[in-house]
Amino acid sequence: MNSMAGNYTTSDGREIGGVMMEMKNITLRFGGVVAIKDISFDIHEGEIRAIIGPNGAGKSSMLNVISGFYNPQEGEVWFNGKKRPSMKPYHVARQGIARTFQNIALFEGMSVLDNIMTGRLTHMKTGMLAQALWRGPAEREEVQNREVVEKIIDFLEIQHIRKTPVGRLPYGLKKRVELARALAAEPKLLLLDEPMAGMNVEEKEDMSRYILDTNDEFGTTIALIEHDMGVVMDLSDRVVVMDYGQKIGDGTPDQVRNNQAVIDAYLGVAHD
Amino acid sequence: MPEQLLFAMEVTLNGLMAGVLYALVALGFVLIYKASGIFNYAQGVMALFAALTLVGIMEGQVPFAHLINVIFGTEIHHFGWEVPALLAILLTVVVMIIFAWLVNHFVMRHLINQEPIILFMATIGLAYFLEGVGDLMWGSDIKRLEVGLPQGINEWIDETTFQALGYGFFIDNLDIVAAVIAILLVIGLVIFSQYTTQGRALRAVADDHQAALSVGISLNFIWVLVWSIAGFVALVAGMMWGAKSGVQFSLSLIALKALPVLLIGGFTSIPGAIIGGLIIGVGEKLFEFSIGPMIGGATENWFAYVLALIFLVIRPQGLFGDKIIERV
Ligand SMILES: Nc1ncnc2c1ncn2[C@@H]1O[C@H](COP(=O)(O)OP(=O)(O)OP(=O)(O)O)[C@@H](O)[C@H]1O
Ligand SMILES: [Mg+2]
Repeated sequence: MNSMAGNYTTSDGREIGGVMMEMKNITLRFGGVVAIKDISFDIHEGEIRAIIGPNGAGKSSMLNVISGFYNPQEGEVWFNGKKRPSMKPYHVARQGIARTFQNIALFEGMSVLDNIMTGRLTHMKTGMLAQALWRGPAEREEVQNREVVEKIIDFLEIQHIRKTPVGRLPYGLKKRVELARALAAEPKLLLLDEPMAGMNVEEKEDMSRYILDTNDEFGTTIALIEHDMGVVMDLSDRVVVMDYGQKIGDGTPDQVRNNQAVIDAYLGVAHD
Repeated sequence: MPEQLLFAMEVTLNGLMAGVLYALVALGFVLIYKASGIFNYAQGVMALFAALTLVGIMEGQVPFAHLINVIFGTEIHHFGWEVPALLAILLTVVVMIIFAWLVNHFVMRHLINQEPIILFMATIGLAYFLEGVGDLMWGSDIKRLEVGLPQGINEWIDETTFQALGYGFFIDNLDIVAAVIAILLVIGLVIFSQYTTQGRALRAVADDHQAALSVGISLNFIWVLVWSIAGFVALVAGMMWGAKSGVQFSLSLIALKALPVLLIGGFTSIPGAIIGGLIIGVGEKLFEFSIGPMIGGATENWFAYVLALIFLVIRPQGLFGDKIIERV
């Protein structure tokens, strides 16, 4: 294991650990479309890693590869120092990787509380038969899970809507509930696909604070996709820049900001 | 009280009891439809198959006896033992779980993300296949199912109503048992889906596949679970129908009455299946009682479908179904 290899200290003085996730030469195709073309990058333990790029660059596809929703045709995914075989999303989730979606995917018919409780499924050990026959341990487990969930509800300040059916919530709150459900899994790695898309300034500030606090208080490693450059520069320790399925930049926000290829991509310089 | 009214009350009560059985079959449909969007045409045949299996096991029949005898020139039919009802029911449950797994493994999981009509066609195929397998396994003769459920007129109700109203209601004990079992089954299902981990996972899958995957739910596991529960519900329904009118292939046709039940109650609602079943049960019996004699009887064959048609025009999503919203 190369746990000591990549340690570094951020500009704001946080200690970042070794490599947690490493993508090696990932290529993903959909028929003729190459969504990801031979991309490599890594995510360190404890860092906030951003993936940016213009529309259709392949950012969501990359997140889907990490979370097992897409299986790349080429390349390797390494997690915790081990090569990961191709996996189903639920299997990835059980390894401690939680996510949110670009187009919110919540259980609209369930209450906020029930939605967040589903985030605990990976931690439930008592089987169905045991639950039916022998209520004791199952109930104890339920109580423990409720405690974790209540803590997260407090953390994200959504006490007032805990019994509300999710379908009735406004957009901004839905995004927050989705984050809550992901956090309920107490993930090692949290993947956020445009957590602030479609929000107003105030909501964005709140969400930024929650993301920073998550990283700070729970030590959660975070990979996030975001279009708002101000937010990206504020939040992230390192940034991967994608364009047309390729990686065109990788480094600290300052390095990336001054990278000519990145500037060109964002200013819409013609591709040849 | 006028005599006609008393008759009508008795007919209503009997209708309620029959409705419970319709509701049971409809329940099996709703469970699978909610969790996977599949309208399972085979639900009725599953009830028949479950009942056949139950009788076969109880009587110690050798499965596929006919086939074995033809191939090996033997003459075996029975193991020569009889299995007690409770054990036989448990074994049948196991058979239905194996069936659920096979259906998912060999058919449904290969059809993920296909059009609903394709999934529907697959279940039609499944229905005929299962009917054939049931025939091959247990033979096609009508069988009596005796799991020891009480049968015949309920004396207590007869006497009580006679003393109170001067007219004794005829209610079959079997119908009462069926109603009680159906109520217990529904309560059990509600507790399961609301208060257990797997129940929550099941609701999650019914609501949003992607989100369910992201929280670590295996869709395959849930689908096998749902088909198993539907198999169990089919067994209960098959047992009740079977005890009432013998285990025979017409049972799978009766199950098609679940379709009007669902049109009235809504495809996605468990309470809807129950209320729909009761409405059809009562409506059918009352209609036959009041209008039937005027138009030559046998209205029970078609009344349910006409009622469903009327509902379809007035309230296409059914009484409790999800509202159909046109997005433009
Ligand atoms: N399931 C899919 N089937 C076919 N093509 C896909 C699929 N998912 C993504 N693509 C294609 O892959 C390319 C990258 O899409 P992706 O969603 O990853 O981009 P993105 O960077 O997230 O864009 P946006 O900023 O608009 O969210 C696009 O050309 C897209 O059409
Ligand atoms: Mg995207």
